Amino acid sequence: MEQKLVALSGNEAVAYAFKQAHPHVASAFPITPQTEMMHKYAEFVANGETDTEIILVESEHSAMSAAVGSAAAGARTFTATSSAGFALMWEIVYITASLRLPICMALVNRALSGNINIHCDHSDSMGGRDAGWIQLFSENAQEAYDNAVMAWRIGEHKDVRLPVMVTYDGFIISHTADALRMLPDDVAYKFIGDYKPGYALLDVENPITVGPLDLTDYYFEHKADQIAAYAKAAEVVQSVSEEYGALTGRTYEFCEEYKLDDAEMVMVILGSSAGTAKDVIDEYRAKGVKVGLLKVRMFRPFPAAYIAEKLAGRKAVAVLDRSASFGGFGGPVFTEVRSAMYGRQVPVRGYIYGLGGRDFDLGQVAKVIEDLQKVAAGGKVEDVNLLGVRS
Amino acid sequence: MAVNLKTLTHNEDLLSGGHRACAGCTGANILRQVMLTAGPDTVVGSATGCMEVVTTIFPYTAWKTSFIHSAFENAAATISGAETAYRALKKRGELPVEREKINFIAFGGDGGTYDIGLQSLSGAMERGHNMLYVCYDNEAYMNTGIQRSGATPLGAHTSTAPAGTVKQGKEQNRKDLTSIMVAHNIPYVAQTTPFHWKDLATKVEKALAVDGPAFLNVLMPCPVGWHFDTAIGQDLAREAVECNFWPLFEVENGVYTINKKPKEPTPVADWMKKQGRFKHVFKPGNEHLLEASQQFVDAQWEKLLKLEAMTNS
Repeated sequence: MEQKLVALSGNEAVAYAFKQAHPHVASAFPITPQTEMMHKYAEFVANGETDTEIILVESEHSAMSAAVGSAAAGARTFTATSSAGFALMWEIVYITASLRLPICMALVNRALSGNINIHCDHSDSMGGRDAGWIQLFSENAQEAYDNAVMAWRIGEHKDVRLPVMVTYDGFIISHTADALRMLPDDVAYKFIGDYKPGYALLDVENPITVGPLDLTDYYFEHKADQIAAYAKAAEVVQSVSEEYGALTGRTYEFCEEYKLDDAEMVMVILGSSAGTAKDVIDEYRAKGVKVGLLKVRMFRPFPAAYIAEKLAGRKAVAVLDRSASFGGFGGPVFTEVRSAMYGRQVPVRGYIYGLGGRDFDLGQVAKVIEDLQKVAAGGKVEDVNLLGVRS
Repeated sequence: MAVNLKTLTHNEDLLSGGHRACAGCTGANILRQVMLTAGPDTVVGSATGCMEVVTTIFPYTAWKTSFIHSAFENAAATISGAETAYRALKKRGELPVEREKINFIAFGGDGGTYDIGLQSLSGAMERGHNMLYVCYDNEAYMNTGIQRSGATPLGAHTSTAPAGTVKQGKEQNRKDLTSIMVAHNIPYVAQTTPFHWKDLATKVEKALAVDGPAFLNVLMPCPVGWHFDTAIGQDLAREAVECNFWPLFEVENGVYTINKKPKEPTPVADWMKKQGRFKHVFKPGNEHLLEASQQFVDAQWEKLLKLEAMTNS
């Protein structure tokens, strides 16, 4: 498959991927650093490159609400946001998943207020981790593009029918020009396929009621159905990723492994920071330190057994969270990984780093690797640590 | 445009019986009358509220048309999305069933419309979607237990602004939402009541015929929140018009028409006296509240007359 090599920012790459799905409707409200993504898409529409109807709403709450109305009506629909915009959508983010509407969202990661900060961390998507969306994290513009093409196939699968959030780090990925390969439009669309909604409000000959009052006698069964859908979703993420790999040569799994096979110590990380970590891992590998990396691509559904298997038998594991869970036991990824590792006798330590766009530098990775060596040797390192913050 | 009773009665009733509206509720009358006029090719959206709760308890639905409820404050945004989907699919020839026209109607109570949903409504109206928003205004948050709203009139007793020993119910006048909607410069805005069925049906027909957004504010006497005998809800709707508390009027492309001008408006106190929510207003020492209520109604009516004269000159 011939794929054009292009230089695009993450925002442009995702806008392009979404356009290739030929969506009927998009609704969005601007927020930094998502803005460019919608600017690009609006340009496509203004230049007749796509006939998507864009609803330029008055808030993110309405962006998500209009997307719900559109998807329930039977249209392929997307939205995009960041940070506080995502927080304003919150109520409807849950409703979207509960109504089983396969909307796609580009979530350009940015710190939540306050204080107000426009730079990257994962507090926005992590805050929405229990809302019921499939969450795919990306390390660079290529992965953001690939996830944004695959998202439609995954969410719209008849056994899944769940919304999918493609996340990529604000500014670091969204605003940085990067080289990536893109599928030709027709090939991408053929891969994604036509949208076939299960039910549609616009099918007025077969009227349906969506979102009824649901009380003690049925609500729990409906939630049980929804809970069951995530196991199916994981299977579909895997099969769609395999198919995509065969088409493009770029293979994806739930997680990416880097020098993991013989690693005695492992860092678990999400998003763009994986690139920095890989560089430092190379340095330590050159010194004979057996350290590797597990980059989580699919955080929801959380592949607990898969991750536990990958980390089993290691001497020490460090989980890096680009968000805090205030008052909780470490960051959200740490909590999940440590819980998945229960009974495995592998020491797991947590690190919170990079909040509000604080640079994740080589020194921070080195510090984690030094700690890992200490833990592996039976030394003491706190369960949860802050990285790169002045004391 | 003239609505014909014969035709209306032959139209399919699109809200089935067996829903759980309270005895004497006039809200279900509003839904039925709107839907009789709109017909089956309609997608209905609803804000969380009385009418949503009583018509859709799973596994039952009273709706014979497509219906969506998402949340409290977003009925307008939700229906604006469905309406956009219609245009997008139609453009590509991908509608599930071919229709020349599908109506998009959002219903919301005064809570979901005057207050928590005002931003969503304002946005949808400004964007120009081809949709009708119907507010069933029962003048308080009845669904959650009769709390005061921006639509609650001065002096009315509610659970959050009760009449007590030092406070006498709501301390503010009601918000004029209909005027706020007129200020959006949309093609059609009107006020009506379920007692005036012909007026209501005609207004729904006009609202659905315009190209663009339309808004209908419908007074909905509520026996539970207003404290009156379940038999007199429709009478109270009629009397609200006769005392000028709730004038019947419409604004077509900015031009006002008052549809009913009472020759001798009854005192607003006569209307209030029949409702338990105003009981304390009639106690000695509260005369000023009665006076202020009448003054507010008179001032609003005078303003309306001027707007009619001004926009028709």
